[in-house]
Amino acid sequence: MSDYNFAYLDEQTKRMIRRAILKGLAIPGHQVPFASREMPMPYGWGTGGVQVSAAVLTPDDTFKVIDQGADDTTNAVSIRRFFQKTAGVAVTEATTEASVIQTRHRIPEQDLRADQILVYQVPIPEPLRFLEPSEVETRKMHALEEYGLMHVKLYEDISQHGDIATAYAYPVKVEGRYVMDPSPIPKFDNPKLEMAGIQLFGAGREQRIYAIPPYTQVVSLDFDDYPFLPTKADHACDLCGAQDSYLDELIVDDAGGRMFMCSDTDYCTTRRKAGHVGAQGVPYEKDAA
Amino acid sequence: MTPLLQVESIAKFYGTRIGCSDVSFDLYPGEVMGIVGESGSGKSTLLNCLAGHLTPDRGAVRFDTRADGLRDTITMSEPERRMLGRTDWAFVHQHARDGLRMNVSAGGNVGERLMAVNARHYGDIRAAAIDWLGRVEIAEDRIDDRPTAFSGGMQQRLQIARNLVTGPRLVFMDEPTGGLDVSVQARLLDLLRGLVREMNLSAIIVTHDLAVVRLLADRLMVMKDGHVIETGLTDQVLDDPQHTYTQLLVSSVLQV
Ligand SMILES: Nc1ncnc2c1ncn2[C@@H]1O[C@H](COP(=O)(O)OP(=O)(O)O)[C@@H](O)[C@H]1O
Ligand SMILES: [Mg+2]
Repeated sequence: MSDYNFAYLDEQTKRMIRRAILKGLAIPGHQVPFASREMPMPYGWGTGGVQVSAAVLTPDDTFKVIDQGADDTTNAVSIRRFFQKTAGVAVTEATTEASVIQTRHRIPEQDLRADQILVYQVPIPEPLRFLEPSEVETRKMHALEEYGLMHVKLYEDISQHGDIATAYAYPVKVEGRYVMDPSPIPKFDNPKLEMAGIQLFGAGREQRIYAIPPYTQVVSLDFDDYPFLPTKADHACDLCGAQDSYLDELIVDDAGGRMFMCSDTDYCTTRRKAGHVGAQGVPYEKDAA
Repeated sequence: MTPLLQVESIAKFYGTRIGCSDVSFDLYPGEVMGIVGESGSGKSTLLNCLAGHLTPDRGAVRFDTRADGLRDTITMSEPERRMLGRTDWAFVHQHARDGLRMNVSAGGNVGERLMAVNARHYGDIRAAAIDWLGRVEIAEDRIDDRPTAFSGGMQQRLQIARNLVTGPRLVFMDEPTGGLDVSVQARLLDLLRGLVREMNLSAIIVTHDLAVVRLLADRLMVMKDGHVIETGLTDQVLDDPQHTYTQLLVSSVLQV
């Protein structure tokens, strides 16, 4: 017997994970415990996301994996291959063509549609963990909506750095109720958490699943006099010229030369194919050869 | 006048061992009640029952809530009780590390209770923290230091500031000067006396140190083996003790 179960996990396990997902969707932002399985990859590689993807994929799906915005990192490639092999699903690098997108550290620049699912890999699901190590206590704080501590963290940020220095995993309040860690996406991505697609979050080592249903209110926490700002590098992409995308800064030579480029590689490529050229870019056809 | 706190027949056992038993008293607004007794006499057990940290086996603890008047805090829901714990009540622990967040700055420690009741203006929170650090004689330039960098006396003063910043209506204190050097104790005591008068605080202070209650408490309860054996006005109990045990306690024959 050499066949895998569809998408690796056995049917019982997928049912268990789907129940956790449905519960998560019913209680937006609430962390639902689930019995995380051993996966054939180390924890840091997104085993939580992989299990969620395995539970939602169907044979008709088209699957995309992004790691820090790129489709071609070792991590992204191996997860994509894993599902090609175990589920036989079609894969793509194009955001618009994918029906299920597993991601680490980014939300695609392209707005997602109602027929798309975004699956996040989550290292630490508990936003209160930083200040309250007790799991019993944090669970109680969520249950009783005692979230003052979250602002203590932001207070500490401002008192130490003069501003809210938290740039990743910026805490949000979902539908006016649960405070949630959006996983280590840049805070630039936070406004996109209000979207048409379904968002599912899986933490493998911590055995938690949570979710944001389509069109759910997601508010980034802040102070009246230090409002939340979804900042990015004050540049345009040097390859495609985009002004509105999140940028990575790259050192390009020993002389300290640097360039900014879209962290979302599909977004950048799509723009370049459409003829957009940035300050240091060349037209798409030439370097594609 | 409605009592602020009405304690009725409180009993708490640890298995068959008695923690405290049959304790009743009323505390009126602006009053400071001292609870004294030797180690193991049940003072902390009683205080924790009153403050909602322990569930007593018998009795009622009624608090004059803002919304509904006297309510039994033992039978009210946990969310309600925890809400009291971070608004109208304050609890000063003997060990400052039990009452502080050691990995959060002094300002953050003082600001936490404000943020817990939805203060959302950083400038205001910081101003209140600076004001309160001043009131407990901690220099403003220590506001961003963590309590781990503070002396024992400073930590205790910070804990007091953190508790009083929201203007609680009832303060519980368990050996607030315990474990500190004598000279540090004197300063803290002086500070506490000033705050009690200035804010017209209602408080219940547990201590084995008679000097503390002499200075702070209007009334006194003497405990022994989990029972209250003598109560009265502080001066009356200390200057004219009736019970033999209290007489020993006051004459310092007992090593407490
Ligand atoms: N957690 C506990 N488990 C068992 N016995 C306890 C516990 N806490 C206190 N006791 C006992 O209850 C009695 C009263 O203790 P406590 O309230 O701590 O007294 P005090 O604060 O006056 O020193 C003592 O006999 C003590 O040993
Ligand atoms: Mg004690």
